[in-house]
Amino acid sequence: MTNTADRSDVREVERIIIRFAGDSGDGMQLTGDRFTSASALFGNDLATLPEFPAEIRAPAGTLAGVSAFQVHISDHDITTPGDAPNVLVAMNPAALKADLPKVEPGGTVIVNTDAFEERNLAKAGYETNPIEDGSLDGYTMITSPMTSLTKEVCKDLGVKPRDAERSKNFFALGLVSWLYSRPEEPTMLWIEEKFGDKELVVAANKAAYKAGHAFGETAELSASRLAVRPAKLEPGTYTNINGNTALSWGLVAGSQLAGLPIFLGSYPITPASDILHELAKHKNFGVRTFQAEDEIAAVGSALGAAYGGHIGITTTSGPGIALKGETLGLAVSLELPLVVIDIQRGGPSTGLPTKTEAADLMMAMYGRHGEAPMPIVAASSPSDCFDTAIEAIRLAIRYRTPVMLLSDGYLANGTEPWCLPDVSSLKDIPVEFASRTNHTNADGEDVFMPYVRNDDMARPWAVPGTDGLMHRIGGIEKEDGTGNISYDPENHGFMVELRDERIRKIAESIPPLEISGDPDADILVVGWGSTWGSIAAATGRLNRAGTPVAQIHLRHLHPFAPNLGEILARYKHVLVPEMNLGQLSRLLRAEFLVDAKSISKVTGQPFTAAEMVNNIMEAAR
Amino acid sequence: MTTVPLTTKKDWSSDQEVRWCPGCGDYSILTAVQMMMPELDVRREDTVFVSGIGCAARFPYYMNTYGMHSIHGRSPAIATGLAITRPDLDVWVVGGDGDMLSIGGNHLIHALRRNIDMTILLFNNQIYGLTKGQYSPTSEQGKVTKSTPMGSIDHPFNPISLALGAEATFVARTHDMDRGHMQEMFRRAHEHKGSAIVEVYQNCNVFNDGAFDALTKRDARDAMLINLEHGKPVRFGVDNERGVVIDNDGAKIVEVADVGEDALYVHDESASTTGQAFALSRLASDRQSPTPVGIFRAVQRSEYGEAVSGQLAMANETKGPGDLNALLHSLPTWEVS
Ligand SMILES: Cc1ncc(C[n+]2csc(CCOP(=O)(O)OP(=O)(O)O)c2C)c(N)n1
Ligand code: SF4
Ligand SMILES: [Mg+2]
Repeated sequence: MTNTADRSDVREVERIIIRFAGDSGDGMQLTGDRFTSASALFGNDLATLPEFPAEIRAPAGTLAGVSAFQVHISDHDITTPGDAPNVLVAMNPAALKADLPKVEPGGTVIVNTDAFEERNLAKAGYETNPIEDGSLDGYTMITSPMTSLTKEVCKDLGVKPRDAERSKNFFALGLVSWLYSRPEEPTMLWIEEKFGDKELVVAANKAAYKAGHAFGETAELSASRLAVRPAKLEPGTYTNINGNTALSWGLVAGSQLAGLPIFLGSYPITPASDILHELAKHKNFGVRTFQAEDEIAAVGSALGAAYGGHIGITTTSGPGIALKGETLGLAVSLELPLVVIDIQRGGPSTGLPTKTEAADLMMAMYGRHGEAPMPIVAASSPSDCFDTAIEAIRLAIRYRTPVMLLSDGYLANGTEPWCLPDVSSLKDIPVEFASRTNHTNADGEDVFMPYVRNDDMARPWAVPGTDGLMHRIGGIEKEDGTGNISYDPENHGFMVELRDERIRKIAESIPPLEISGDPDADILVVGWGSTWGSIAAATGRLNRAGTPVAQIHLRHLHPFAPNLGEILARYKHVLVPEMNLGQLSRLLRAEFLVDAKSISKVTGQPFTAAEMVNNIMEAAR
Repeated sequence: MTTVPLTTKKDWSSDQEVRWCPGCGDYSILTAVQMMMPELDVRREDTVFVSGIGCAARFPYYMNTYGMHSIHGRSPAIATGLAITRPDLDVWVVGGDGDMLSIGGNHLIHALRRNIDMTILLFNNQIYGLTKGQYSPTSEQGKVTKSTPMGSIDHPFNPISLALGAEATFVARTHDMDRGHMQEMFRRAHEHKGSAIVEVYQNCNVFNDGAFDALTKRDARDAMLINLEHGKPVRFGVDNERGVVIDNDGAKIVEVADVGEDALYVHDESASTTGQAFALSRLASDRQSPTPVGIFRAVQRSEYGEAVSGQLAMANETKGPGDLNALLHSLPTWEVS
């Protein structure tokens, strides 16, 4: 690997935030992804935030069609994709218009001048050309006719101009890679692998990349060159992972640890579909994936599989959870293991399908008729999706209950370097199927009673095919022990409380929460889900700046970790940042009678660390 | 292979008190099934009845097998997950016309087109029994019920046509007044590999009494029920004097004397296209016209669960059994020391 970072004309910085923006057809996600991979292999710590429109091809050149990818690379441990980008790559006027306001004052703006012609300017709503009218004064501007230069180098290769145009994102990548001292090799190898059989495409993309690189070298842009050294991360083997992939692998791992095959019932929906796609690849792990006719069939089939002794899983986003509600109530009543995964997105209704939000907590908690409690866990970072998936499987199997796992669009698509766990260190998940009768009746006859409970208050998992254990289960209220239908009022009251208690009892196997930041502070920030990164960055900054702040982050949202109440009681200010209007803060208030203050952001975008710092300061005042 | 012990009807009957209204057609269907099960080469332990909600859907409680009484309309979906993961089991699905054709219509057609190995018994009483007598998607137009005081406006589904439209591989019809015929249909459906659906005309003597009397009363059957028999010309009538011909306009009833025996349609349940079976399903437009019963269609097509298992086996063969450590290292990695 060539390490261009050693060059003397390069200024070293701790971190850079780069935002690639262009039309949805310009390949910005791919460009960002390649830059990220090269940075990961180079050894930087990083975090990414892809943002794309809901339409596959929104009208070209418009603001609605802008697709962007933000990456934060650093020589030390970071937890967010960064606040204001230092660098914006704008492939067309719409991208500049949409994203220039995000760039830090005095930041660098790289534009593809070829795209700044009258029609595109008009579509973006510019009356005059911002490159020429002084709009960009105060920024460091790097202009390059990327489209024409790309066509130029591709001409000799025999690539048609229309096809050549498609490689202009590699020109941009080459230029940016030169500016920020990224190694070239990983991208060259990737191009070969990805487009292997299409020789002309390989040649065009490589040539465009090199032309971009050369443009940087010859256009005397040296003053803008920066480098970010590899980060000092924990020793180990790393890979750059997004949340949905980590989650899928966590499910596979859970299946291996339990020694039971996975059945996934799913109906495609953004941003959850990639889990279906990923798991569909791993049939050699015994994974069965089933693309159902709708979300109701998806969860129904998963429940049927669970009844048969497999690990039943269903994946979706908020709208799908709404559809699954009735079946989840059935699963609560049947007391069968089931893992339900909600990759949250902006709502209500279709809402913002490609944007993030975390407003399904109350639905996870209460979104079924009757008293129908189920455990809820939430992932806090892309790699944490792996561990959270294993935890969901563990809870489901041990306690014979549906478990809700909450992730969100930001975790699903965002990436971070992940220090791969030692597979042999992962704890096995014991599985116990009922194999014999469990009761002697008044006549001295040995019988099987499906609702007799063990120490965990879990009923036996007696799968069809087991000798002598034939029994019927159903959604009608049942008598504890026998499982026979019962409409008796006293019995129903008893069962409602029992179902509540058995889920609360799970707290006994949840590890106590650990406080990070300054435990002796007056301010405690309580988070859940993907806000972890920005909260951690913000509390770090505040503590370094002399404002003591403590932080806890909840993986378990129902039941809560056993020491949560005691921790909350210790702090003067309890602040709860959430990407909703205060759902966890309400649960905390209800459960612990604490004055938990909500900090909310519901714009479809994650909190930045800077926002978080301000919010914490303000709320604690 | 586990041997199948000899059993009797009693072994297949659970200890739960049966709670249908006295005189309900569901009793005779239950008896037919409980009496037939000992004759099938299956164990109670390997048998699962899955149902939704409705009077019909209480069925699993009365069978001494594994069983799940689930939620309204979803039984085909739940049974799908069970059948795909547990091909060793014998999966039965039982439900009413509201359960399977209204709220669960979507799951039913998808289970049928996928050809998942399950035997579906559709108890069609042309009414919502459990909710006390509203019209159902199979009720005849103009039906006066609590929810349709001026008569229903909806055009009904014909379950057989619907199943054929979904390209179900096994489609049959029987009725609750003829145990022998029911058992023959159930047995054939059970033997079938893939989704098999049997529509059972069932009398709800409380909310839709006598709906099928014109067809199923003992003295009406010869004239009104057209028995479909594979490989035989379709004939019926008190003296076997009538028959069915199929031409471009569909199926119609003729006097054999008028057209001659050779003109009659010879039933082929294994025909690869659904055209003739569909034509037969359209023959009767109401319950006062002669109506075909028997097997409309029985063909072989790749079974879903088997195909799923096949892909798993192939993945295992080409990639080797899954290795978690290798999976975690499957994206580009780098070392930090
Ligand atoms: C989600 C839901 N909606 C409505 C009902 C009420 N419900 C129960 S059974 C039924 C219809 C039953 O009719 P059918 O399926 O034909 O069965 P039958 O009682 O006639 O055997 C309805 C509407 C329900 N249980 N669940
Ligand atoms: S209401 Fe009708 S279908 Fe239901 S049990 Fe009574 S008679 Fe049978
Ligand atoms: Mg009915």
